[in-house]
Amino acid sequence: MTESTPLSLPEIGVEQIALLERLSNAVAVSGDESEVRAIVLDAVKPLADECSVDALGNVLVTKRAQVENPLRVMLAAHMDEIGFMLVQDDDNGLYQFQVVGGIDTRQLPGKPVWVGRKHIPGVIGAKPIHLQEAGESGRTIPLDALRIDVGPGNGGKVKPGDRATFATSFQQIGPSLIGKALDDRLGVATLIELLKHAPGNVELLLAFTVQEEVGLRGARVAGYAFNPDLAIAVDSTPAMDMPMWDGSENNRYNTRLDAGPAIYIADSSTLADPRLVRHLAGTGDRFGIPYQFRQPGGGGTDAGAIHTRRAGIPSVSVSVPGRYAHTAVLVTRFNDWKNTLQLLHAAIQTMTPALLSELR
Amino acid sequence: MTLELIPFLKQMLSLPGLSGNEAPIREVIADAWRPFVDEISTSPLGSLHGLRRGQAAEPRPRILLAAHMDAIGLMVTGIADGFLRFTEIGGIDPRILPGQAVIVHGQKDLPAIVVQPADRLVKPEHGGSPLPMSDLLIDTGLLPDEVKSLIKVGDLVSFAIQPTELSENILYGHSQDNRASVAVITACLLELQHIRHDWDVWAVATTQEEETLGGGYTSPFAIRPTVAVAIDVTFAKGPGANDWRAFGLGKGPTLGFGPNIHPALHNRFKSVAEKLDIPHQVEIMPRHSGTDAFAMQVVAEGIPSMVIGIPLRYMHTPVEMVSVKDIERAGHLLAQVIAGLAAEDVNSIRWEDTND
Amino acid sequence: MKELIKKMVEVVGPSGFEGAIRDVIRTEIASHVDDIQVDAMGNLVARKGQKSPGGIRIMLAAHMDEIGVLATHVEENGFVRFTTVGGVRPHTLLGGRVIFVNGTRGVIGGERLESPGSLHSFEQMFIDVGATSRETCPVKVGDFAGFDRPFADYGDRLTSKAMDDRVGVAVLVEILRTMESSPNEVYFVFSTQEEVGLRGATTAAYAVDPDLGISVDVTGTGDTPKGSRMEVSLGKGPAIKVRDGGMISDPRVVQWMVRSAEASGLPYQLEVLEGGTTDARAMQLTRAGVPAGCVSIPCRYIHSPSEMVDIHDVQNAVKLLVALISQPVSLG
Repeated sequence: MTESTPLSLPEIGVEQIALLERLSNAVAVSGDESEVRAIVLDAVKPLADECSVDALGNVLVTKRAQVENPLRVMLAAHMDEIGFMLVQDDDNGLYQFQVVGGIDTRQLPGKPVWVGRKHIPGVIGAKPIHLQEAGESGRTIPLDALRIDVGPGNGGKVKPGDRATFATSFQQIGPSLIGKALDDRLGVATLIELLKHAPGNVELLLAFTVQEEVGLRGARVAGYAFNPDLAIAVDSTPAMDMPMWDGSENNRYNTRLDAGPAIYIADSSTLADPRLVRHLAGTGDRFGIPYQFRQPGGGGTDAGAIHTRRAGIPSVSVSVPGRYAHTAVLVTRFNDWKNTLQLLHAAIQTMTPALLSELR
Repeated sequence: MTLELIPFLKQMLSLPGLSGNEAPIREVIADAWRPFVDEISTSPLGSLHGLRRGQAAEPRPRILLAAHMDAIGLMVTGIADGFLRFTEIGGIDPRILPGQAVIVHGQKDLPAIVVQPADRLVKPEHGGSPLPMSDLLIDTGLLPDEVKSLIKVGDLVSFAIQPTELSENILYGHSQDNRASVAVITACLLELQHIRHDWDVWAVATTQEEETLGGGYTSPFAIRPTVAVAIDVTFAKGPGANDWRAFGLGKGPTLGFGPNIHPALHNRFKSVAEKLDIPHQVEIMPRHSGTDAFAMQVVAEGIPSMVIGIPLRYMHTPVEMVSVKDIERAGHLLAQVIAGLAAEDVNSIRWEDTND
Repeated sequence: MKELIKKMVEVVGPSGFEGAIRDVIRTEIASHVDDIQVDAMGNLVARKGQKSPGGIRIMLAAHMDEIGVLATHVEENGFVRFTTVGGVRPHTLLGGRVIFVNGTRGVIGGERLESPGSLHSFEQMFIDVGATSRETCPVKVGDFAGFDRPFADYGDRLTSKAMDDRVGVAVLVEILRTMESSPNEVYFVFSTQEEVGLRGATTAAYAVDPDLGISVDVTGTGDTPKGSRMEVSLGKGPAIKVRDGGMISDPRVVQWMVRSAEASGLPYQLEVLEGGTTDARAMQLTRAGVPAGCVSIPCRYIHSPSEMVDIHDVQNAVKLLVALISQPVSLG
């Protein structure tokens, strides 16, 4: 039974997709988020009451409330993506590289990459099958045998220390939004939209964080700096909703595509505050916005670093489900993103200080 | 005031001071630093804080130089027939232990040896392979009754190897990780005596880096520096260390680059080193720097951080080897960077304008 | 004290859902303390006393949460798949029983394995609450449960699930009942979410900002057949922790505890635990650093449904801690 909506919920249109595309195509690996930071600053400066970049490179935005003694609500989305870092010049345009963030090395061979903010093109090659021994193709190629190749003669364009990502260009295909780094550019875009539609009932504290993929580093200091009344991390989480190899029931799907934003109960980094879980689910029920519960266990979000800051900050995470997390291509659904944005907007707009008056 | 760097380093390398129990080394460092700082104090966890005030008007920006003074070693876990069972403090490859000379810090300091029982006395599947630490023993040469009266569970055991110069410049000893870096900060303080500097300089010998980064998390919380620099040893090229993670011994300190380092700081250190012709190497650190900087960077609202590395061979063995020239160069580089820091340079440590 | 321990261990309170045990503790201590707060993480923080000359602020911490399981999926036919909360090991589960926070009880069953006799993984087990379909199952995804095993009194030895760390909770309650005056301001913190990463103690320590931190938790023993090599045994006294897998106690705190035990004629053991840690680590690393230590209750079969302690160790731990906190602290 849904309530007729007196709230006007934000929509995802051409402008929002275009922003997401720019964000997805940017190269911003943990520790070097500047390309995304520039897009974010551009988008938030006209809307923010306060805006700063802190010691680690987080963008911290305050949007004041229009009421007295408002609830101070923090939202966090990470700007960094998983990727690579060149570590040694092997001459002839070949570079040894390391992985930044968790990437299954089976995803690497035979992929095009972009190096640095200038998106210098390169490839991660692989040994030709003709030259392989029997059984060799059944073994993972170790990282130290792989190289990023920018082509002989092009060595001067890149250097050790540069970051690189998979060279995936964003696309919208039917109901799907497909690209690299949608974990967590979807979250970044969502925060920007929430800022645009900021309801006046709370003080909105937005943290566009850095280095989530290498240990929730940015969120830790942003949480300390803001010290909000509560926090919501907006991220992307794996949907492993594909058929089991033997046709048996898939009971470990984590989340499903098309089932709406995923509310977290527990992951490895956080046991969500049940009051916030109830509020989010209640909001979905009240306004007819679909949502799902992420299967408990595993993973982690910025909430992990925020909730244990100072004297404790009630926190929860909400994610857009995506297939093939931490690979060259993430497949997400337009509707899941839209519903995530709408659920968060409605949840924030209906928050009052009474939300936290009951004990955890 | 002068201080001879090599004798000071050798003095430090002869002392215990394992993670969590740094008192023996702290007093020696405090004595060395006292003439060069305005205030000296100890943190609740035992880290040493020395403040050398700058000349700029208050409120002055602050730079924190951190080198951990704790060393790895062993701890007694049990006594069996007069032999000591033990565990590690910090990370130790058990293969370097058999035959090592150690000192057991019981009721008094007792020289002893780590021993490997004969193959016929151990689990059959272990015979011929390196024994895990839990199967090794320490023999004090004393009889069981005397052992029981002098030693108890929890007593510490440190390496006994005396520091030795292989040449004028190359020195080996245990605990170069990280006493070599304490020497770097000391060299910097020495040079700062003759330099006018705007910023306050906090020289910090941290505790428990090898176990919890405890000093790295807690000292900056008290001091709240504008910038934090961790000085720690890094891998020098040598047997078993030959890839992109290892650097030339004697080829200069390394300047860290990666998510744990603020690029503006890296660039500043690099340009000063280049201008003054100080040999240096760039150390790419794709993730965790493995130093106090990992803790310092995320204290409170976050602190722009830098890592300076001293190349060292055979890390976490009692025969760690460094080049004294690298220590001197690092100290000189630090002093010169500090000398060049004007009060308003706080504004230059930012993100928007850092280029490749 | 046995009754108190029984009361504490039998409450259902897995990490993140400590409300019920918190209420029980609160009732026990309300008349013995000057102030009680519940913070954002659900920690119960009770203050006794004010700092007087020569006194310091001491934080004592015992965690209220227990390890458990958490429903991840309900199958079509009503069986519940689960993941773990805290350090649960598979060999302690099969054939055991659980009780959910909502009161539902269940049995842990396992799939039939290819090679009989091998160990089931968590994914090969499920909980049977007696439901016959997903729709009628009283458990849903996200429901938390603890082990369901009653307290048993074997005389000197007591066994139950959740001795870790309800026995520590009982120690703190008993200290409040038996201590007289103290020059120190003592915070009794009944912390949450220790088993998943010392999370409650991290925030409580920040808020309390103590001069000294002491945790009261269980530790392992080396006195069972072909067991771990450890010098701690049941019945030989509370253990003064020198080191564990996450912390090195401040040596001054260890010395202080040893001196006090000897002065009071109390038995004690020195503990080095190679694996596992306690809230003391969180206290030690808070803010500008806090000298920290731990008084441990020796315990066999930790993280199984039948953890076992010795009542004399528990009583002596209470006496030791009362002696420690009732005097001016000199760490020397």
